[in-house]
Amino acid sequence: MTRTIVIDPVTRIEGHSKITIQLDDRGEVVDAHFHVTQFRGFERITQGRPVHEMPAITARTCGICPVSHMVAAAKAVDDIMAVEAAPTGADLRRVINLAQVVQSHALSFFHLSSPDLLFGFDADPARRNIIGVARENPGLARDGIAIRKLGQQIIEWLGGKRIHPPWIVPGGVAEPLAEETRDRILAAIPEAIAAAQRAIAWYKSDLVRWEEEAATFGNFRTAYMGLVDREGLVDLYDGWLRVIDADGKPLEERVDPRRYAEFIGEAVEPWTYLKTPYWKPMGYPDGIYRVGPLARLNVAERAGTPLADEELEKFRWRIGRVAGSSFHYHYARLIEILHGLERIDQLLRGPDILSKHVRSRAEVNRHEGIGVSEAPRGTLFHHYRVDDHGIVEWANLIIATGNNNMAMNRAVLQVARQHVRGDRLEEPMLNRVEAVIRCYDPCLSCSTHALGQMALQLELRAPDGTTLDTLTR
Amino acid sequence: MSRPRIATVWLDGCSGCHMSFIDLDERLLEVFERADLVYSPLVDHKEYPEDVDVCLVEGAVSSEEDLHKLKVIRERTKVLVAFGDCAVTSNVPGMRNPIGVRPLLERAYVENVTINPGVPTEIVPALLPTSVPVHTVVRVDVFLPGCPPSADLIFTLLTDLLDGRVPDVAGARFGR
Repeated sequence: MTRTIVIDPVTRIEGHSKITIQLDDRGEVVDAHFHVTQFRGFERITQGRPVHEMPAITARTCGICPVSHMVAAAKAVDDIMAVEAAPTGADLRRVINLAQVVQSHALSFFHLSSPDLLFGFDADPARRNIIGVARENPGLARDGIAIRKLGQQIIEWLGGKRIHPPWIVPGGVAEPLAEETRDRILAAIPEAIAAAQRAIAWYKSDLVRWEEEAATFGNFRTAYMGLVDREGLVDLYDGWLRVIDADGKPLEERVDPRRYAEFIGEAVEPWTYLKTPYWKPMGYPDGIYRVGPLARLNVAERAGTPLADEELEKFRWRIGRVAGSSFHYHYARLIEILHGLERIDQLLRGPDILSKHVRSRAEVNRHEGIGVSEAPRGTLFHHYRVDDHGIVEWANLIIATGNNNMAMNRAVLQVARQHVRGDRLEEPMLNRVEAVIRCYDPCLSCSTHALGQMALQLELRAPDGTTLDTLTR
Repeated sequence: MSRPRIATVWLDGCSGCHMSFIDLDERLLEVFERADLVYSPLVDHKEYPEDVDVCLVEGAVSSEEDLHKLKVIRERTKVLVAFGDCAVTSNVPGMRNPIGVRPLLERAYVENVTINPGVPTEIVPALLPTSVPVHTVVRVDVFLPGCPPSADLIFTLLTDLLDGRVPDVAGARFGR
């Protein structure tokens, strides 16, 4: 006879999901799954729409990273028009994309995960949130809110609004950058960098007490994937796909991301709406790979900006050249915040950034287009086919979070095995299982969960799956 | 007098309305000096509690669980706000309505797949035949359109409600 623990909903993540943990009759964990209960159907609802609408429609897959979807969509339409985005337009897309990475990483670290780090996994759930953080460590909360705010403000100042800005368009961006806007952003960057540095210093001093925890906190061998530029540096907008194995050896040094379908397959599991991408040359499920901040810092030679590189060097000295524990996503995310702010500053000081030519224009010149960029959570793929009139006939999207699906499931199982004991079930055990999911900052933009259930629900199931008894506490 | 109790829930939406809520920035702390956030993706309470004063409901009603959830919310909430365009009109989730559930699922889980094609049915909730606005399922007290509504509007709405005024959200617009 087995029992199943259901954590529903998983909280402090961006989207709703549930976790099930299967126990054997001795109360030992035998399996665990991360279930995404969202399905929205963008690959089908976009069929029949003019392809120029794709940035605006696909932005609505996600309110946290709409800019990423707009960037990937606009790049796919660039490909369909067979044009390169106007160079200044491309740089401005880079700026807004980086602003989004900054705000999204701040949300993940400060608003959602810092309560676990500040109070500990065993703390009272009632204070384990950003409002609790603001009471306990006001400086930390203020810094987090300020960093996220600047990211969102940059998006608003450039794009007209903070969420779903209608500024990123096929061929580049809709409007050139005003000088005052540039100066306003440049003036705000130093304080945000200082806030990011304070957070990194706090995290590093705090990390010591988590070092043992990190060893079994979703720590396993996988491949890693991310975009890099010509010199092998982190590139969040464009470049080549670089994939390394768990020892850091390249599986692919430099692949044109347009060839993604040769390398990435997509599997379906009957218990989740989130599809499972895998590295095709290694098959399913051996082709497990990870994306996102940790993966990007693992695959890249360097971040490519001075302050972030200094921190990255310390990161690698402390953790190793290829970091395998999911716990270190937090650290990597903070370094990327710093990198993002520095890169925005560099780009805005470019000589042509105020150019009025920000958009290339063309009709449909190809029937197929692929746009790939780095979203906050990892590599994002948009792939469309259109007819002669530019009407979408087919679309495939591989969402950044999806790439981590196999890894999230493995992480949940590892943490459950480490911490969950069926004979003395306690809330902190389950918070730890949720916390490893928070490391991946999954963006599930969401649906559904039964309400009126207690945090812990135990179902006693017969081997044929029928529920014999339910215990809530 | 006990502190006002606020909840936020998202059904079938993109979470953009919740992001706009977080865009209150420092004002977020100001609001929760005066009120408690008793259920939300931002906090760890797993059960929707009794006696909620205000609930912001983002998203359309698209699955059987959305439906069940919304009925529980209505029973336990004084002021239910249809929060954003998806809640008010079903907006982007509603784009699936002329297509039907089957072709929608088959594109994702049968056609665009290289291994194990098949529509997930275990544990995940079944989709409703159409994605519908909140007010078609339960009574709505305040409509706040926008994709998403701006943080300023959300702040006005919450402070008006906390001060016991009828919320002035005349500035709200669909889309922007």
